[in-house]
Amino acid sequence: MAEFEPKIIVFACNWCTYAAADLAGTSRVQYPPNAYIVRMMCSGMINPSYVLRAFEDGADGVIVSGCHYTDCHYIDGPVKCDAMFAKLKRLVHILGLEDERLKREMISTSEGTVFARVVREFVSELKRLGPSPFSSLRNSRKEKAVA
Amino acid sequence: MSLEDIIQETKTYYCLECGKCTSICPVARYDPAFSPRAMIENALLGPEDDLVFNRELFSCLTCYTCQQRCPSDVDFPVFVRKARTIAQDNGQHGICAHSGQLQSLARLMTSPDIKQRRLEWLSDKYRTSDDSDVLLWVGCAPYFEAIFEDIEFRALDITEASLKILNLLGIEPKLLPDEKCCGHDVVWTGDVETFKKLAEHNATQIKESGVQKIIFSCPEGYRTLKLDYPNYGFDVGCELQHISEFLADRIEKGGVKFNEVKKRVTYQDPCRLGRHLGIYDAPRKVLKSIPGIEFVEMQYSGWDAICCGTSAWTNCDSYSNMIRAERLSEATATKAETLITCCPKCQTHFRCAMTDKGKEKRSMPSIEVMDLANLVANAIEEGSNLSK
Repeated sequence: MAEFEPKIIVFACNWCTYAAADLAGTSRVQYPPNAYIVRMMCSGMINPSYVLRAFEDGADGVIVSGCHYTDCHYIDGPVKCDAMFAKLKRLVHILGLEDERLKREMISTSEGTVFARVVREFVSELKRLGPSPFSSLRNSRKEKAVA
Repeated sequence: MSLEDIIQETKTYYCLECGKCTSICPVARYDPAFSPRAMIENALLGPEDDLVFNRELFSCLTCYTCQQRCPSDVDFPVFVRKARTIAQDNGQHGICAHSGQLQSLARLMTSPDIKQRRLEWLSDKYRTSDDSDVLLWVGCAPYFEAIFEDIEFRALDITEASLKILNLLGIEPKLLPDEKCCGHDVVWTGDVETFKKLAEHNATQIKESGVQKIIFSCPEGYRTLKLDYPNYGFDVGCELQHISEFLADRIEKGGVKFNEVKKRVTYQDPCRLGRHLGIYDAPRKVLKSIPGIEFVEMQYSGWDAICCGTSAWTNCDSYSNMIRAERLSEATATKAETLITCCPKCQTHFRCAMTDKGKEKRSMPSIEVMDLANLVANAIEEGSNLSK
């Protein structure tokens, strides 16, 4: 059987992390292809429901990443994101998901190598954890779509 | 199920088009585009798509005010609920409140591989027993606690108060560690598939636990287990009781002693407890038996009570806020200090409206909102455990 390849959804802010991912690409920094990036205008606009929906649709891990506190294009996005993330952590903890499947990062535009490292480490962490307990939901949904 | 089947089942064809439903509907009073009468007419005469793709389909509060007025006994809320199932099949989900995170949580809970950590709040202060034949239904309280922190609503306060009451009355209830969402919100937004999975899990858990009685501090869970589970063929096989009914029973038997609480209070009938299940007297009886409590009714109360403005976490809009403003101003008009309710969601909605930063804020009346269980837990005297 092929090795388990985790699916990672990265919610990246347009101004920092998304640009960092771009930089990682243009600088030819190698990192595993498991990360699917969703570009958001600001990390402060991310709602817990986005992340829950990602898990529902079969993500094995989610990274929420935006600017550092002082870099935000909209002044206080990261502060809002922190508040949202704290709430989200409590929710998924009660749900019974491993806390490690959720990561909050701050990666600025110039940190392309940091982005690559974060994804690399997260992939190996998730390979250790195995598939998400919600992955059966994705499979049943797939079956329904085929039928 | 097709629209035709739904019409047959809910006997919508008996509609006389008298319009009593629309004239009493709390939503229609503010939202000019919403009309139960027109919706039924569309369903009977128009093409199916007119109803299914109507965004107003998800505006109905399913509060049962219309059904009580209907001379032909058309079950409009159930009609709406079933029509929403067709809408869901066509990719219409309504505009879910809180971006749909509560519906997401319900769907995530259907996964058989998870082990929830839902009882971590439980402290040594309360006595629970795994061999007990009474179960206290915790429901979504741990999740609400996390989500509604910013409107200063602590849902677990209600659960803890209920536990305290039961303990003081000599009951050490059992709590289920892997209870799941009762499915109320998903079934009322038309997601029957998720509902069935949740119901099956819960019914099995309850049966395996071997309890004789379940006590609820949430009217929605109560309604769902009492009416919807049997309707969809899930049998929990035991007696169900709301905490207010339980208290009213105990008070009647005697032996429950209260300390004096000096307060003027009024009571909001939750639609699920009142109109859905017909329980109006039990909470009032409990309130009246606490010495010092001065109980006043609002202008509209009992079966006439106005809903808190949103149900099943769907379509919470500015009209909902207007309904809340109206209800809150009725409450303040009674000169009561506290608005008592029995439903965690009524409390969420009222608190949210009062902390709203929108332009309605200036006109939003302000009153303390409290759950009946909290009031009783504060008033009940230690050691009033006389009757077993």
